[in-house]
Amino acid sequence: MAITIALAGNPNAGKTTLFNQLTGSNQYVGNWPGVTVEKKEGKLKGHKDVVIADLPGIYSLSPYTLEEVVARNYLINNRPDAILNIVDGTNLERNLYLSTQLKELGIPVVMAINMMDVVEKNGDVLNLEELGKAMGCKVVSISALRNKGVAEASALAVAEANGKNDTVVQHKFSEQVEGAINSIENLLEGNVPESQKRFFAIKLFERDDKIRNEMPEKAKNLDVESIIAAVEKAEDDDSESIITNERYNFIQSIIEAAYVKRAQKGLTVSDKIDAIVTNRFLAIPIFAAAMFLVYYISISTVGTAMTDWVNDVLFGSDPWSFFGLVEVPSIPGIATSALEAMNVSEAIQGLVIDGIIAGMGAVIGFLPQMLTFFFFLAFLEGCGYMARVAFIMDRIFRKFGLSGKSFIPILIGTGCGVPGVMASRTVENERDRRMTIMTTTFIPCSAKLPVIALLAGAMFDGSAWVGWSTYFLGISAIVFSGIVLKKTKMFAGKPAPFVMELPAYHWPRLIDILKSVGERGMSFVKKAGTVILLATILVWFLSRFDFGFNYLPEEDMDSSILAAFGNTLTWLFAPLGWGKWKAVVAALTGLIAKENVVGTFGTLFHYAGAEALADSGDQIWPQVKEYFASGIVGYSFLAFNLLCAPCFAAIGAIKREMNNGRWTLFAVAWECFLAYCVSLVIYQVGGLVTGEVSFNPFTIVAFILILVGLWGLFRPYKEAETLSDSQELAVEKARA
Amino acid sequence: MTLKDLKPGQSAVVKKLSGEGAVKRRIMDMGLTKGAELLVRKVAPLGDPLELTVRGYELSVRKADAEMIEVELKN
Repeated sequence: MAITIALAGNPNAGKTTLFNQLTGSNQYVGNWPGVTVEKKEGKLKGHKDVVIADLPGIYSLSPYTLEEVVARNYLINNRPDAILNIVDGTNLERNLYLSTQLKELGIPVVMAINMMDVVEKNGDVLNLEELGKAMGCKVVSISALRNKGVAEASALAVAEANGKNDTVVQHKFSEQVEGAINSIENLLEGNVPESQKRFFAIKLFERDDKIRNEMPEKAKNLDVESIIAAVEKAEDDDSESIITNERYNFIQSIIEAAYVKRAQKGLTVSDKIDAIVTNRFLAIPIFAAAMFLVYYISISTVGTAMTDWVNDVLFGSDPWSFFGLVEVPSIPGIATSALEAMNVSEAIQGLVIDGIIAGMGAVIGFLPQMLTFFFFLAFLEGCGYMARVAFIMDRIFRKFGLSGKSFIPILIGTGCGVPGVMASRTVENERDRRMTIMTTTFIPCSAKLPVIALLAGAMFDGSAWVGWSTYFLGISAIVFSGIVLKKTKMFAGKPAPFVMELPAYHWPRLIDILKSVGERGMSFVKKAGTVILLATILVWFLSRFDFGFNYLPEEDMDSSILAAFGNTLTWLFAPLGWGKWKAVVAALTGLIAKENVVGTFGTLFHYAGAEALADSGDQIWPQVKEYFASGIVGYSFLAFNLLCAPCFAAIGAIKREMNNGRWTLFAVAWECFLAYCVSLVIYQVGGLVTGEVSFNPFTIVAFILILVGLWGLFRPYKEAETLSDSQELAVEKARA
Repeated sequence: MTLKDLKPGQSAVVKKLSGEGAVKRRIMDMGLTKGAELLVRKVAPLGDPLELTVRGYELSVRKADAEMIEVELKN
């Protein structure tokens, strides 16, 4: 029969490495349903019928953070056959805290003490036998990094799982607490399975209502309040804290018995690195240099060169030369000749080449840049620097409901929003993570630069302030969204304070980094790819067919369904100053890729010069200037295009990371809504100042929007201390 | 005095934790329980959060949360 072994442990205990060692390439990566927490499963190497379920890295089984709730729901409801608990031997005290809780679940536990080689090198001695006796479970020492002891650990776990032995909770609390728990256990007698009795008793004592509600009817309604109150009064603390204290007291007693620490040594290597890396004066320059390097390699040079190659050469129109040896036709080139040879209609050719292949190009084109960046990201996470990034940047970002780690997604977002959004996965708190996903694409990405250049050139004589102002606008939109949204009900609630471990630095394994890069790349292609492909095909179809479903040559886009659709939407954009169909259609095609805005204007203005239209559309600047008539209108159009829904690829990435349709929709809707309001204010108020717009009902709307915005920014609010409704909902869903 | 009042380099023992619910539990889960010894390592470059050594590892805590932790200075 198939058995399941749950892999549990603290973050930074080496769980990822151990999981990779146990399962090899046989892994499935997904999400826990409805939440943004990653879920990994894999088959144990050499055992077809043993599934290893990798739980999120957690410090405790408290009911307060999403990762912990997900993990404990899994442990309680799915009841794996055994738990393999990875414990960082160099950080025994805190790691054992989770172990004491895992032991109480009534599921066989095998403890794998990782990094024993480091412990020994430090001259410390850990008595495994003593530890196992104290904890009441099998203990083995392993080195996940060197693949030592891993096979033994998994064999023990399999044996425990097959043995179906009832487990004994060995650790005892103080006499008084133990007495209270025993009385609750007696009340529970017969109402819950014997193996879970102690677990439920402790949870009732802690007043953990989430568990209480999961319990059988009779047990649920037990009145234990008087038992709890007596202990609380005696100890002058709440029952939850009493248990936490007791656990650490118990651990201290084990450490005294089983662990001999060599006398205080000097600074560790990690301490020495941190003396420089998080130094008061050097921290920020070093951070800036590290970020510059990551950006320079993955966005400015290597990554972009590869992405450009895929987009312009592999998916370009002309054949390319393979190191000057052979002429290789591009993918669209191959498809064109094949389709021509088959003699299919122009419309089908268009569908395949401009719809499907272009859509695939949009998905695959982002990959090289993304993979290069993910490589750095995985390295920064793996070596421990990412926690320092949060440490250094926390003060600034927490004001906007973001995490210090949100800096990286936003920075990368200036290059491309797609990897930017996907980088949000490093943010540990779900609320901060969602906020990061929603706001990252406000910052102008490289595909928006041609649009900025077009408007700046056409309307403002190429003035440099236009470019700078768009970054200011993007940052303001992030800050504004952060402050306003964190006060709303959707984001209210703060599951955990910022109490973060700064793990010891270590050199990550290349294979673990590559696995993480591969996983993220694949999940983008699989989860985001379909959305991107379908949306690209749809917009292509609308722009190249008229209502009689006749296929139109590109220059006749004027009579396409999309043009007609744009025409029906002009009223919507009239208050923004550009309620004209060409502008609306250009903005719509911008959804495929933002730089398309320029090309669409070229098509719609029937540009037919000898040379190809420049990236920034230099040749059509006069027409654009005439079309938008004033700088205010042009800037309103620009602001809308920068802030509104990002391209389909980025929307796909948002969907992938949110892992939830409603949140994806909310993110995109918020972006469009904010873009609309900002453009409306720019046009109405700006126009009123310059005198080109007279006072009208929308002037009032603009001023109301400003007031509402200010109210949102400055209204008081109090950080809640429990999971919010929406998170509860997600947790409920995860349980279902 | 509270953890917030400590200067880098100072050691202390946790006396009591105020606050309740998620915040208190999280802080205690990370090992800052009654009687735990800690050493303030440094303050982040922008003035917040703090970095501590507690139970043999490095932990960062915001000053706002550090205020909830009552400590007694050691030597």
